[in-house]
Amino acid sequence: MLSSAILIPAVLNGLLIGAIYALVALGLTLIYGVLHIINFAHGALLSAALFAAFFSFRLLGLDPYVAVFLLAPMFFVIGYTLQRFIIGPASHGDDRNMLLVTLGIAVVVENALLYAFRADTRTIDVPYAFQTIDVGWTFLAIPRMVGFVAAFAVALTLWLLMTFTDVGRAIRAVAKEKLGAELAGIDVGHIYAVTFGLGTACVAIAACLLIPTYYVNPHVGDAFVLVAFTIVVLGGMGSVPGALIGALLVGVVESLSGLFLGESLGQIGIFLIFIAVLLVRPSGLFGARA
Amino acid sequence: MPNQKNSLSRRQVLATTAVGVAAAASGSIAMPSVLRAQGAPVKLGVLHPVTGALSYSGQQGRLGTTMAIEEINAAGGIKGLGKIDAVLGDAQSTPDGGTAEVEKMNSANVVCVVGGYASNICLATTQAAARYELPYVVDVGVADGIVTRGLKNTFRFGPGFGVISKTALTNLAAINDQAGKPAKTVMIVHEDTLFGSGLAKLLNAQLPQQGFEILETIPHPTPTRDFNNVVLKIKAQNPDLVIPANYYNEYVLLARTMQQQQVKTKGIYSVLGGAASSYKFVKEFPEAARYIMDCNHWFDPRNEKALALKKKIEAKDQFYTYEVYMNYSCVYLIADALERAGAADRAKLTDALASSTFSGHLMPYGSTKFVNGQNEGAAPVNTQVLDNDIKVVLPATFANAKPVFPRPA
Repeated sequence: MLSSAILIPAVLNGLLIGAIYALVALGLTLIYGVLHIINFAHGALLSAALFAAFFSFRLLGLDPYVAVFLLAPMFFVIGYTLQRFIIGPASHGDDRNMLLVTLGIAVVVENALLYAFRADTRTIDVPYAFQTIDVGWTFLAIPRMVGFVAAFAVALTLWLLMTFTDVGRAIRAVAKEKLGAELAGIDVGHIYAVTFGLGTACVAIAACLLIPTYYVNPHVGDAFVLVAFTIVVLGGMGSVPGALIGALLVGVVESLSGLFLGESLGQIGIFLIFIAVLLVRPSGLFGARA
Repeated sequence: MPNQKNSLSRRQVLATTAVGVAAAASGSIAMPSVLRAQGAPVKLGVLHPVTGALSYSGQQGRLGTTMAIEEINAAGGIKGLGKIDAVLGDAQSTPDGGTAEVEKMNSANVVCVVGGYASNICLATTQAAARYELPYVVDVGVADGIVTRGLKNTFRFGPGFGVISKTALTNLAAINDQAGKPAKTVMIVHEDTLFGSGLAKLLNAQLPQQGFEILETIPHPTPTRDFNNVVLKIKAQNPDLVIPANYYNEYVLLARTMQQQQVKTKGIYSVLGGAASSYKFVKEFPEAARYIMDCNHWFDPRNEKALALKKKIEAKDQFYTYEVYMNYSCVYLIADALERAGAADRAKLTDALASSTFSGHLMPYGSTKFVNGQNEGAAPVNTQVLDNDIKVVLPATFANAKPVFPRPA
């Protein structure tokens, strides 16, 4: 039954859903790479970003692909503010405190969304949501194709930013040696906040690319965040290419294991690969060796 | 990037992540439930999964319950006993969450609990309530195990799997026969908890007896992020009928993906389809919803009170879903039993529920008659999405349209 007529489309589907995972994981890995914290608020911020994309469409009539240019900067500011004025001061420089503060933010954001918008599942209906490209073996959904291209574009932009700009150099300096960077005149608090802002902006981009074919409710981010954590560790914590390649790998493995083992057991494939990779490369696919 | 003195190792990251995820899953980081104890004489536990994966259905259930309580209280409360004080609980979409709330409600001295919504939650919460001989009225949970364990405190207002699958298959055969038997092959797509798996098991046993060949049964988790692979399998095997049994979000994603991948079956025939009998789905995705048939809980379309409530709910900018009118009916059922019991006493209320012949509800069930906790008159109806509306197509007694099958090209 599992002929190439099913296998090839399943691999393509895996790559396309993997691209969405990549967008969520990119923000997470960036925040880890510099701040060395696991951002438990990532899923809640994704839910918030999906709501923002939803209401931009419903209230302002903004197509999600246009709204991304408004929401990405807006969520950058939100992320910057959260880190600068809440997470940073509340954690008193202890990474473990940061984990708990982000956990607290997740609870507050999710319940605030629940209070404000109830648990209703909301969707938008854009004309291209059902448009597909016939590639012979299957129909590829145009919104998913856009997401795939965008994931590479965002990863490339992040890589360029980290490699060639002053901000990127400062981020790398802070990540490598915080005290040294501070002595060199870098405002570490500012760089921390910029990094958190960039990670949160990635979430907003993911939300805008996801909303045409997905739904939003206050808990929707949870469905993506566990897989994003897996990708971050699998790809190598703090690695942008690792997050991208790891996400595509996870997407394909999930798709194929769903096909062979059934959708209910699809996640098993992800964690088998995860364990196998960590046994061979404990620092992840692209992680720096300790 | 190299680890700093103050940073975390991969092991610490994994451990901390696991602890965080476990904490989130166990609900220990969720907001505390809001309990309202105002000292009113009749405390009623209102238990639904208002957060987590089932939160939409849970909130709809709570809406129906609280509206009924508000109405009863506005009319002076229960005769001889006074107003109802709702003690709200959140099952957090898990059996454990539900059980914890039952414990709290027992401590708050509620006289009865209503709700539960999902089968797995109801199984756990009814058992927890049984320890305290606390009457429990199940609103929706359809697993037959809920009422076959001999729990004296448990009463289910709606129908169970057995009745639903039997009705669904009898009606499917009737619709298919009437159309000249165009459908011969079937694929079942179901969610993998007690509700979907139990239903799929029954369908697998009974569909062949009705002359249908089951090509494949595909389980999926809740939530499922992507249905493309499921639809690929459907497309490859090209069944005449697809039978989904899942919750709202997954149902919508499946139907949308089928539309996107241009899958043309002779029909989609749901059994307790999460969105198939949902005005929200029909309003938001009329193309994907068109001609979908469903065997599900549905109000009596001839009942004036049911139609009046529909208007009230829609005036609140909410959708009139089965959770709303089933919970609304359950509260009136309890209020009637309390009035007959004459006291806010658990044992007396249990007896009054067991002998209930209540007909003031909104469902096409007739008067209630509980046998071993199951309302014997409870039965589903068949609906179909026609002209951007949901019509009842079977049984003929309640029908306001004729079924359109096979789906026009």
